[in-house]
Amino acid sequence: MRDGFAEGLVQAGEEDENLIVVCADLVKSIKIDKFAEIFPDRVIDLGVAEQNLVTVSSGIASCGKNVFAASYAIFSPGRNWEQIRTTICINNQPVKIVGSHAGITTGPDGATHQALEDIALMRVLPNMIVLSPCDYLETKKATIAMAKLNKPCYIRFPRSEVPIITTLDSPFEIGKAQVLKEGNDVSIIATGEMVHFAQLAASELETSNISARVINVSTIKPLDTKVIQQAAEDTGAIVTVEDHQIVGGLGSAIAEYLSENFPVPIKMVGIKDKFGESGAPEELMQKYGLTKEEIIKAVTTVLRMSAKG
Amino acid sequence: MTNFSAQRIFELKKIANKIRQNIISMIFEAGSGHPAGSLGMADIFTALYFEILKHDPKNPDDPDRDRLILSNGHICPVQYASLAHAGYFPVEDLQTLRKFGSGLQGHPHRGFLPGIETTSGPLGCGLSEACGMAWVGKNDNKDWKVYCLMSDAEGQEGNTWEAVMFANKYKLNNLIAVIDRNNIQTDGTVEDVMPLNSLKKKYQAFGWAVAEIDGHNFEEILGAFEEAKDLAVAGPSLIIANTIPGKGVSFMENKFEWHSHKISKEEMEKALTELREEILHG
Repeated sequence: MRDGFAEGLVQAGEEDENLIVVCADLVKSIKIDKFAEIFPDRVIDLGVAEQNLVTVSSGIASCGKNVFAASYAIFSPGRNWEQIRTTICINNQPVKIVGSHAGITTGPDGATHQALEDIALMRVLPNMIVLSPCDYLETKKATIAMAKLNKPCYIRFPRSEVPIITTLDSPFEIGKAQVLKEGNDVSIIATGEMVHFAQLAASELETSNISARVINVSTIKPLDTKVIQQAAEDTGAIVTVEDHQIVGGLGSAIAEYLSENFPVPIKMVGIKDKFGESGAPEELMQKYGLTKEEIIKAVTTVLRMSAKG
Repeated sequence: MTNFSAQRIFELKKIANKIRQNIISMIFEAGSGHPAGSLGMADIFTALYFEILKHDPKNPDDPDRDRLILSNGHICPVQYASLAHAGYFPVEDLQTLRKFGSGLQGHPHRGFLPGIETTSGPLGCGLSEACGMAWVGKNDNKDWKVYCLMSDAEGQEGNTWEAVMFANKYKLNNLIAVIDRNNIQTDGTVEDVMPLNSLKKKYQAFGWAVAEIDGHNFEEILGAFEEAKDLAVAGPSLIIANTIPGKGVSFMENKFEWHSHKISKEEMEKALTELREEILHG
């Protein structure tokens, strides 16, 4: 997915000569090196200084530049939240914040580097848009789309390799969720690399004659409430899936909306108030419950809940 | 020395005095605020808005304007009063400070008032934002400059030093920072709460050109700005302005208790009397 970001950034940079990338000592790791090679004068590396990363970016944006501020999600927005709130969101400066290495799949680096709270941190801020694409192609499209956006925006993506599940022709629009598979019994609503697992779970559920709708939420804020409500109305039961704390993330966003507008039973698959540890992404996903099996278990539970209702 | 006539300097003193009177009555009316730092910076703000800055109050978003970033947003009464006297908005509006529906927010809020470049209050961010602006100005070969006003206690914020290094790396000779060295903060004197010792040596070590001045002497203030504006200077410039917190009001001067404090009616009247007399006899 970092490749999608890297290629999207280069394309956006070719289309907009005002596009500047600010980075905090992670040019290669986040794959900004390609952009830096083509546009060396449009890259600022300000060292290990994430507070400065977003505040300098705010200043640059105030002069009419299109700024991408990139780091690992745990450092930005992890370390510099108040600076983002004051100098980007209250100021309404259209800085694009890039959080790579999001989620438990950051793996061997351990708990300190696995951002499991970044969606919550950014979703709570007025004026901020929050993107969480599901694969390489969508990350590329999202990067190009956010470059054209004149608003503060946050994009998160994982470090790990993720299968490509969309196509060049798949629609992408900020603010729109995509129904990847129709279904009538339950809706599995997922974000990021977990969309792939939602698809796997839905296929397996077919064999038990459970028809699951699969929805990819690549924009967490603003939430595509139309697609979410339709899913609640049509299927009456929802499972959410994310590589993030279930508190404050995608599941919370959907529960907040539906509880006020069309309450149906919801089960949330995600990290349950825990920090991670070192391990291969697959090992960690197994231990922390981010698997196809966990999704199927949640579907079974939520269907039982909705039957009681 | 500067090319400013004694007559012009007297005019600037009168403006600064008027701004100080406004600060007193604004904070009295608001029922809360930060009088000491605001009063202490009245001379610097007067010099900036009435001599130094290239700006047009009727066109506050002019892309070629000099940028003034107030990093320590809590002394905004002095900026608001300066903006009003410079013609950005009516002087009468000053009495709405901190009130519901006013453009004069308790801390500066971009978009609420013309002439406010950025939202500030949480300390330590302003110099970074100023660096971002100066980077663009330098890269795009613009003539405008960036002025960043900070408190001394902001030197206790790590974010400040991240910006100090940045300005040196990119040799931002279009960036002029001013530190209000008044040695007070909420909990006491700066040197007691968390010593900063020599800011001059610290900034010099980071590659900045540093001047130290009496922040109430217009000759020194104007001279330091003229020198800092000279692009022959290879990198960023800092002016350390030694100021007296509460300047002009005897019972507020050098008392950290007036850093953040409401002003009673009696105190306001006493302060205004002192300030009016100062300008009569000044």
